[in-house]
Amino acid sequence: MSDFIDLVLLAMLALTGLRIIFLKDLFAVVMLFGIYSFLTALIFINLDAVDVAFTEAAVGAGISSVLMLGTLALTGREEKESSHSSILPLIVVFITGAALIYGTLDMEPFGNPDNPIHKHVAPRYIEDSPKEIGLPNMVTSVLASYRGFDTLGEVVVVFAALIAVLSLLGVPKEGQEKAPASGLKSHQVLRVVAKLIISPIILFALYVQFHGDFGPGGGFQAGVIAAAALILYALVFGLPNAVAVIGPRFLKFMAAAGVLLYASVGFFSMYKGGNFLDYNKLAADPVAGQHYGILIIELGVGITVFAVMLNIYYAFGNQVERSNIQ
Amino acid sequence: MLLLLDIISGILLVTGVFFGLSGAVGVFKLPNFFTRVHAASVTDSIAVILIVSGLVLQTPLGINIAKLLFILVFLLITSPTASHALAKSARHGGLLTMSELEKGDQEEKAPK
Repeated sequence: MSDFIDLVLLAMLALTGLRIIFLKDLFAVVMLFGIYSFLTALIFINLDAVDVAFTEAAVGAGISSVLMLGTLALTGREEKESSHSSILPLIVVFITGAALIYGTLDMEPFGNPDNPIHKHVAPRYIEDSPKEIGLPNMVTSVLASYRGFDTLGEVVVVFAALIAVLSLLGVPKEGQEKAPASGLKSHQVLRVVAKLIISPIILFALYVQFHGDFGPGGGFQAGVIAAAALILYALVFGLPNAVAVIGPRFLKFMAAAGVLLYASVGFFSMYKGGNFLDYNKLAADPVAGQHYGILIIELGVGITVFAVMLNIYYAFGNQVERSNIQ
Repeated sequence: MLLLLDIISGILLVTGVFFGLSGAVGVFKLPNFFTRVHAASVTDSIAVILIVSGLVLQTPLGINIAKLLFILVFLLITSPTASHALAKSARHGGLLTMSELEKGDQEEKAPK
């Protein structure tokens, strides 16, 4: 049954991908990307990878669709005809794809219990993490503690993305040239419903943030959900109102503060005489130290992701409003 | 008692799936935008109610029922709002309903 569901979902994924390639209407392409992400999330759920599915649905289908729509508002929704010949790219793609498929021939068969991953890494985590870390959600222990370095790297990547976007689009200036009040004035129903659901969304984000130790969730998902709440506010009530709640300058500080919070946990554990990001040294009891460490670094992740997503949205929205004025 | 609950929840689930499917068929088959939005939104609402209540009957008493009810309330608020926003934007963009189109046709034909 599970295999059958996988096959159906993968077929739909392939169809969506093909449709994305051949469509010229970029608005429809963005919507199809959202569908693609939801299908991927369903496949992850079918593989019992609920945390990854959660992230995929929140980031892939939620935030990135909004950001791509923001880009479309700047670039226009029709794809331009390419003037280049497509033979050379086709050859390159063909060779790369052939090499990748050739590479999969060496891979162990899927789901085989004798695969190296099931013999060395996974049993170590499954057997030792309950007594070493003691969190019910083992994914969080792997993500935040065993692979703390990787996660720090991911947070730095997110932060670097913000810097890249801001250096391309320019830092939005506060208080200059009063932008005309945007937002959906005539959509009375939307305004009422948005008011009604924004606070539950933020509450849910906090739940996801601090419940990550026990169930699916954590800093990445929580940051994205909280950012989605404010993006909804900005969409319905206008960008200036949202900027009045949390300004881009403060968000820049938040983005950096999250990364610094994460890294400072690492340095603090070095100061206590351990290795970088060795949470055992944070408290007298190693397991309690692990809990503190994971809680703090997840908070750092959440703060950075929230600030980066919202600030990128501000940068796009500001460009759109500026081009509307001109 | 448990068998009765299973039967009721099974009926609810199957009717929910039926409404969901009929909504999907409607989205493909109906002639224009407003009728399609109607098909999608009406069947979505009833399908959500039926499926979630079917699932509630399958869940042992506890926090999971509360979570399911939260999902139900959230979907019942957001999905009609989304349909409303879609239809209103289409209206704002100048899309006419079928009856208005017919009236337009008759007025065009009338002077001839």
